[in-house]
Amino acid sequence: MAKVRGAVIVDTEVCKGCNLCVVACPTQTLALNRNVNNKGYHYSYMENPENCTGCTNCSAVCPDSCITVYRAKIE
Amino acid sequence: MSVLADRIKEIIKPENLVYAKSPVLNDDIMHYCPGCSHGVVHRLIAEVIDEMGIQDQTIGVSPVGCSVFAYKYIDIDWQEAAHGRAPAVATGIKRVLPDKYVFSYQGDGDLAAIGTAETFHAVNRGENIVMIFINNAIYGMTGGQMAPTTLVGQITSTTPYGRNVDLNGYPLKITELLAQLPGAAYVTRQSVQNPAAVRKAKKAIRKAFEVQALKKGTAFVEVVSTCSSGWKLNPVDSNKWMEENMFPQYPLGDLKDSSRADADLYRIKG
Repeated sequence: MAKVRGAVIVDTEVCKGCNLCVVACPTQTLALNRNVNNKGYHYSYMENPENCTGCTNCSAVCPDSCITVYRAKIE
Repeated sequence: MSVLADRIKEIIKPENLVYAKSPVLNDDIMHYCPGCSHGVVHRLIAEVIDEMGIQDQTIGVSPVGCSVFAYKYIDIDWQEAAHGRAPAVATGIKRVLPDKYVFSYQGDGDLAAIGTAETFHAVNRGENIVMIFINNAIYGMTGGQMAPTTLVGQITSTTPYGRNVDLNGYPLKITELLAQLPGAAYVTRQSVQNPAAVRKAKKAIRKAFEVQALKKGTAFVEVVSTCSSGWKLNPVDSNKWMEENMFPQYPLGDLKDSSRADADLYRIKG
């Protein structure tokens, strides 16, 4: 059966590390990075990229529109 | 790891794109605090404008408050209004340019406190404008002072022991009041704390712009929002606090969905 798999790209310089996408993610894909961006925020990143289904929940709650979502069917 | 990296590379292709930042939004980094609801509502407005294809026909009126710089982020025509006077300015713009989409974007300190008169009379006249109302129960920009919408017992910088009814009165439910006015066509209260609520709020904003296109009367969208800096909570706890305390006082849903009242109902007999 074809699996739906996704991936997100976070614009790390725009991200303010508010943690809303991490809470909204139903598959525990996202987490806040230990590293910080130029403004000193712990930006969001894909900690478990194999979990991502491309559901766009993270981009729906992001106040800074810094998440781009891709989704593909993989055989 | 390299297998995983290859798989991610395979997914990240233009044809697999399902969500990207709206082209109506500028590249400027928003000045709002982390987790602020303003950012989400800005994005929803931009997405609605993009989907309806009205970027060159939309004029926004920005308030005084945190969203005073809204013109920096949404790439449409904007007019800045004096504190609370956005509905009056929007009225003027809409009457001179009736074919444009005009909306005001205001916070609770702007719309429900200093601009109460302008708000009520714009809705009472049934002006064909959209009013977006961000209600976070506090004056966010000036340092978290009490607003008319502050909840009873809520601690702010001007009510350090909590809002006291004897001294400060009751929370103003302005959306319920406006729903009773005959000029209002669509009055709704939404929130943006989780993905489902965001999608509902987007539908409400889209409907508000469509009501304006049909010239049915004033469309009013309240968005119950958070102010993590003013409430002294982190963004996730702010959302929880809002669900527990704001929603019982400000219940979500449509309050009015019709069109402006028929003038014959109010005409003198004889």
